[in-house]
Amino acid sequence: MIETRGLRKSFRSRAGRETKTVEAVRGVDLDVPAGEIFGFLGPNGAGKTTTLRMLATLIEPDGGQATIAGADLLKDPGEVRRRIGYVAQGGSTWDESTGREELVLQARMYGIRKTEAQRRAARALEAFQLVEFADRKCKTYSGGQRRRVEIALGIIHEPKIVFLDEPTTGLDPQSRAHMWDEIRRLRADGMTVFITTHYLDEADALCDRIAIMDHGEVVAEGTPADLKREISGDVVQVGLDVTATGEAEKLLDGEEYVNRLELLDEGGLRLFVDEGATAIPRILRRVDAAGLDLRSIELHRPSLDDVFLTKTGRSLRES
Amino acid sequence: MKLARDTWLIFQRQLNLLLRNPVWVFVGVFQPVMYLLLFAPLLKPALGAPTQAEAYKIFVPGLLVLLAIFGGLFQGFGLIAELRAGVIERSRVTPVSRLALLLGRSLRDVVSLMTQAVIITLLALLFDLRVFIGDLLLAYLMLALIALMTSAVSYGVALKVKSEDALAPLMNTVAQPVLLLSGILLPLAFAPGWLQGVAKWNPFSWAVDGTRALFNGDIGDDRVWQGLTIIAILAAAGVYWAARQFARSVR
Repeated sequence: MIETRGLRKSFRSRAGRETKTVEAVRGVDLDVPAGEIFGFLGPNGAGKTTTLRMLATLIEPDGGQATIAGADLLKDPGEVRRRIGYVAQGGSTWDESTGREELVLQARMYGIRKTEAQRRAARALEAFQLVEFADRKCKTYSGGQRRRVEIALGIIHEPKIVFLDEPTTGLDPQSRAHMWDEIRRLRADGMTVFITTHYLDEADALCDRIAIMDHGEVVAEGTPADLKREISGDVVQVGLDVTATGEAEKLLDGEEYVNRLELLDEGGLRLFVDEGATAIPRILRRVDAAGLDLRSIELHRPSLDDVFLTKTGRSLRES
Repeated sequence: MKLARDTWLIFQRQLNLLLRNPVWVFVGVFQPVMYLLLFAPLLKPALGAPTQAEAYKIFVPGLLVLLAIFGGLFQGFGLIAELRAGVIERSRVTPVSRLALLLGRSLRDVVSLMTQAVIITLLALLFDLRVFIGDLLLAYLMLALIALMTSAVSYGVALKVKSEDALAPLMNTVAQPVLLLSGILLPLAFAPGWLQGVAKWNPFSWAVDGTRALFNGDIGDDRVWQGLTIIAILAAAGVYWAARQFARSVR
């Protein structure tokens, strides 16, 4: 559905008298099959939004190729526009218009006739649970309501693909969960959804596949599960008294299933193992046999943050 | 035809939003009416005009051109608000005609200027201004072209600078010499030779001369077709340039 090869974009920025060229996107290859929720992940400034805006025909790439829903991005951006929907990060509704007016206008900008546009607007208002606010001005909407109108605007012409730029940024947890459901519903309707996010839990919970972008390049791509499997196995954290920690270390350090072991400052150990589920009973048996008091035991599966850390050398949360 | 349809669509939307806020009618008419009531009476003695009606014949066309210039030049502010709200970007991902994005807005501005012009003309009629309807319609065409040009240029500049802080001083800097060099408030006939020479290079000075000739009933005066031609060419150029700003990709 989306296929890009070597997509590039650089910007010139002027600082004082010097002009500096910033390579925002340096050769992105993506393959997004139809019917997926594809997550585009990365810290701010990684080039996510620039890539997205290129795919949505808003900025012209400096080089590379892309085919979107069967249309060539560089040769026929007009046809790409007809086939895609795009929902910007910063909002797109006008304070003084009503949700219904915005929806009708949007449909008509896609060349849809007036009566059909009105019908579609009514249907979208219902689907996004906006009926009771439909004829109020957008400035009276809550953040979540406004976001729903904007998503509805992006898909009013029934595109094959919709691009959502950070669809849940700034929403409260409840609206966020609600938005996830809406996005899954788009997929269920047969749409390909391309979202950018810097929330790892969102990418993990929502996306069929993700690409991680850093410094203008895709550094990893795959299903969240694959990516997590790729990096080290599980982490078992054992809580012990400080006094017992040393002894436990001696007990467990030599075990063949423990790849690596760290001491915790507050007492206890962190054990890096391949498979947490089989390691835990064996750890328990050893600790119990030695008569040590166990305070807690926790299993950590690797998170996308760990994937990110491995691939980029820093934590997404820090950046 | 797609362009006409898209233009109509944008025009309707912009007009609806304007009508929702009727304060503009009051604001837009209040100032020119003040000029008409408080400034124009000075003109008869100052210009040595034989009657008040003669003075209005000189002053009203100038006032209307002034409105067209200023009404247009400051439309860019609304566009910057739309840019910030993401409305322009939302339009630009649709296949809607980029020329229509501009024309729909500029035509709304032309219509709103025409409304003001009609109100002011009617008021001036009360003060014994007399003008033939044919001449008046041609004068309105001149005003419409001026407003089309200035509003298009203002939109184009707004898309380039993207900030009110830059747009306001820029437009003021352009507007002031244009105003002073066009003989709007007082005819340039009173000006020294060098000033008249400089004013020859100001297209709006030609527009004012042409409009005055029309109000004077001299439809055959060369200044009429000259003014109309100059303004029509500039309007076309302004629209072309501004539409390209709408089509160009912005960061």
